[in-house]
Amino acid sequence: MSNEKIQAELAKYEASVEKAIARFPEREHLPEKRLYTPLDIKDTDYADELSFPGVYPYTRGVQPTMYRGRFWTMRMYAGFSTAEESNKRYRMLIENGATGLSCAFDLPTQIGYDSTDPISEGEVGKVGVAIDSLADMETLFDQIDLGKVSTSMTINAPASVLLAMYIAVAEKQGVPADQLRGTIQNDILKEYAARGTYIFPPRPSMRLITNIFEYCSKNVPKWNTISISGYHIREAGSTAAQEIAFTIADGIAYCEAAIKAGLKIDDFAGRLSFFWNAHNNVLEEVAKFRASRRIWAKVMKERFHAQSEKSMKLRFHTQTAGSMLTAQQPNNNIVRVALQTAAAVMGGTQSLHTNSRDEALALPTQESVTIALRTQQIVAYESGLADVIDPLAGSYYVEAMTNKIEAEAWDYIKKIDDLGGAVAAIEKGYIQKEIQDSAYKWQMDVESGARTIVGVNKFQMEEEPPKGLLKVDEAVGERQKAKVEAMKAKRDNEAVKAALADLKKACQDENENLMPHILAAVKTYATLGEICNVMREVFGEYEAHVSL
Amino acid sequence: MDIAEELLKGNRLALSRAITAIENEYDEATEIMKKLYPHTGHAYVLGITGPPGAGKSTLSDKIAREYRAQGKTVGIIAVDPTSPFTGGAILGDRIRMNGLTLDEGVFIRSMGTRGSLGGLSHKTADAVKAMDAFGKDIIIVETVGVGQSEVDIVKAADTTMVVLIPGMGDDIQAIKAGILEIGDLYCINKSDLDGADKLVREINMMLDLDSLMTEWRPPITKVVASQNEGIKELLDTVEKHRTHIEGNGQLAERRTKRTRDEILDILSSNIGTYIKGKIVDSGRLDGYVEQIKQHETDPYTVIGQVMDEMLK
Amino acid sequence: MEKKIRVLVAKPGLDGHDRGAKVVARALRDAGFEVIYTGLRQTPEQIAEAALQEDVNVVAMSILSGAHGHLFPKVVDLVRKNGMTDALIIGGGVIPEGDIPALKEAGVSAVFTPGTPTSEVVKYINENVKL
Repeated sequence: MSNEKIQAELAKYEASVEKAIARFPEREHLPEKRLYTPLDIKDTDYADELSFPGVYPYTRGVQPTMYRGRFWTMRMYAGFSTAEESNKRYRMLIENGATGLSCAFDLPTQIGYDSTDPISEGEVGKVGVAIDSLADMETLFDQIDLGKVSTSMTINAPASVLLAMYIAVAEKQGVPADQLRGTIQNDILKEYAARGTYIFPPRPSMRLITNIFEYCSKNVPKWNTISISGYHIREAGSTAAQEIAFTIADGIAYCEAAIKAGLKIDDFAGRLSFFWNAHNNVLEEVAKFRASRRIWAKVMKERFHAQSEKSMKLRFHTQTAGSMLTAQQPNNNIVRVALQTAAAVMGGTQSLHTNSRDEALALPTQESVTIALRTQQIVAYESGLADVIDPLAGSYYVEAMTNKIEAEAWDYIKKIDDLGGAVAAIEKGYIQKEIQDSAYKWQMDVESGARTIVGVNKFQMEEEPPKGLLKVDEAVGERQKAKVEAMKAKRDNEAVKAALADLKKACQDENENLMPHILAAVKTYATLGEICNVMREVFGEYEAHVSL
Repeated sequence: MDIAEELLKGNRLALSRAITAIENEYDEATEIMKKLYPHTGHAYVLGITGPPGAGKSTLSDKIAREYRAQGKTVGIIAVDPTSPFTGGAILGDRIRMNGLTLDEGVFIRSMGTRGSLGGLSHKTADAVKAMDAFGKDIIIVETVGVGQSEVDIVKAADTTMVVLIPGMGDDIQAIKAGILEIGDLYCINKSDLDGADKLVREINMMLDLDSLMTEWRPPITKVVASQNEGIKELLDTVEKHRTHIEGNGQLAERRTKRTRDEILDILSSNIGTYIKGKIVDSGRLDGYVEQIKQHETDPYTVIGQVMDEMLK
Repeated sequence: MEKKIRVLVAKPGLDGHDRGAKVVARALRDAGFEVIYTGLRQTPEQIAEAALQEDVNVVAMSILSGAHGHLFPKVVDLVRKNGMTDALIIGGGVIPEGDIPALKEAGVSAVFTPGTPTSEVVKYINENVKL
């Protein structure tokens, strides 16, 4: 059918359904059109915009084989309480078929405080495992072969320290650094913009990140040195287009910082990875994942003139949207997570964490975690969604949506460029303000009923309070504190002092790579807090830009 | 609790409650102010104004820290606009001064403009007096310099600092025109950005045009508040201005004028409230308006009648 | 007389998830309140002192890290110790139903869990605040 003919038929169709559709109540947040046709993608050139999996611009996937070669890594984010407890959960997950580990750290660890610090009170072991020194890291990976497992660590401001601890544990297990596989999140910009666990100001933070890039490219070549994260930006309330736009703008900032520090784009860009959110709107999400690959490929090729294909491939981890879980009728969350999983899989994710149904209430129980993992397995083995590569390609709607999200994202990227890049845009509060505006709009739409959340503002019912929630033992903090004190009494405190003094000197010299110094300090069992305090002394602390 | 008595003893909650009484125009506010008044006059008041985004709060924070380092106690009054649509306000200055919260030598109070802009300047002035009586050495009044009313608030200061940043484009012209006459000092914040020197030149040019500035030419200081750069130099200029106006009698003059203005201000405000109470609540005003509509009388006659009656 | 409800929106503890706190702050502003937001990582001492200096009628805290059992009661204690006996103290965040009685016992007068409309928070404050 010619485009003219389609146009004419479409007009007839629109006229015929107008009356019938008008009888349905209007729902907001719908796509512009009710029906998509070849006209919506008539300008989309297959070779330029889609092409084949594993081929630029990678819209259809970064590997030629995708899930026909192997499934995505089913990676469950876990960690709570002490290193012993978390170690048990990791081994349970591995026994159940999880193929990668993902460590959650408690807040004091994420912000570089020891469990013994007064500011840590009440927080030790709450949202993740408490790691104070190499001793805890040894316990955390006890009987887990670091040469075999791939480990993702959600750690940002003190990422260098935790990575150094991991390398040191591996060394003790006899695994050389160049065999280690895994990821550190290491994405400080989104901490300023959305997640809030920052320590140092942007300039020294960017230095730490480029130091890691450089060190790993030489010594830990299989390690993903950063996971540039849109996940938390979305959790903070952004739209789908904002999620990828702000994150890619962050990615651009990291590349520019690394290039400025003298690195070559193809030396580090292949180890950059991304982290996306899988939200409820399945088709919009699939379009988002596809658009993100296309944008990054263009950024790498056109802006940074990358030569290596690896540099141009946007590989990503996905986590289902925590903020979409409801405390009401929590079992409904199993369904939400299944849909989000479908989106991530049809969008071609490299790895996936599925949230547990009870996470709007507390940390997940073992049973809930198992259901979440099984959800991935059902999608992989039973649903057929993983059977062919990029199954939604060619859908008029999904392709049009992919184009639309891409265009919106480019607009934002351009705006951020005009503001002087992601760092400047964050310092001016621009990105935060955009996210907050979207978050507020979302909430108001839910409250007005313009947006329906099942069980929250529609189809509510009386419920018994949920039972059997996981409770972190309140004594964990005290136990961990005692452990740290005991460790400190045993270690060679002179060696610690010397290592910290050496680190301080290195911090003061901008041309020095800090990684070897941090690694040396870690090996003396200097604590995370001690190491971060040295850096605080030299670098200062970040003061947040808040505008409401 | 006897708020004034407790305040004078150094009770922080009493100071806080006193400011609330002033802000909310509680009846007891006048009594409190009467008791506090004899204890005022000791503090030096620094007004800080400038356009939104100039970094005034961060600057206030750094200035307060510097004064603390000199051993002086500091009170800060941070005024933010109230939304004209909802009557609500986000008072967001305090967040940039979090590091001062636990310093007992510092007291920070956020105030909303609350729509009653006319009354705001004397409310702020009374809040300053409460902090003064409490014993603060330096009181910083920080407000967005966008309208006349905010400018009035800052006029209550002994030294007024205007904060600008580079790269504000054309907006700056209007702002500069409006606040030029009130600045005793200029502070160029974020002076590590491009255009700082250009801004200094522009301000200098404007100052050149002002022939009245023979005695005191406002100094222009470049700072980067977020990095704590230039703050000492900035405070040196405050000190210089203070010495200058103390030396030539201008400080006393300013304060006398302020007292006169305040009395007039409060008097006219009170009389206005009194008249409003008399003719609005009783429904008389509506009656007059109805009569005017029917062409039975005119506004000028009505005003004459009311004035005669009130001033008898 | 021009009384305004003043609310301190505070984030005690170390978690950086301030989406809820910020949305609530804006909603309270739109309801006509004066809102002072403290920002992240505030200690109970800082929160109580800010509440005192601002003479707020309401202290509204948000925590998502699970440290509420430890931090909320501490804030209540300090606020009361400062002589602010009337201030309404409320909390929100990821807080298991089972923890709520203990928090109420400690003096947190209401706890709002995920999914609560902001209008409900506004209503609660309007009905319970002491001016």
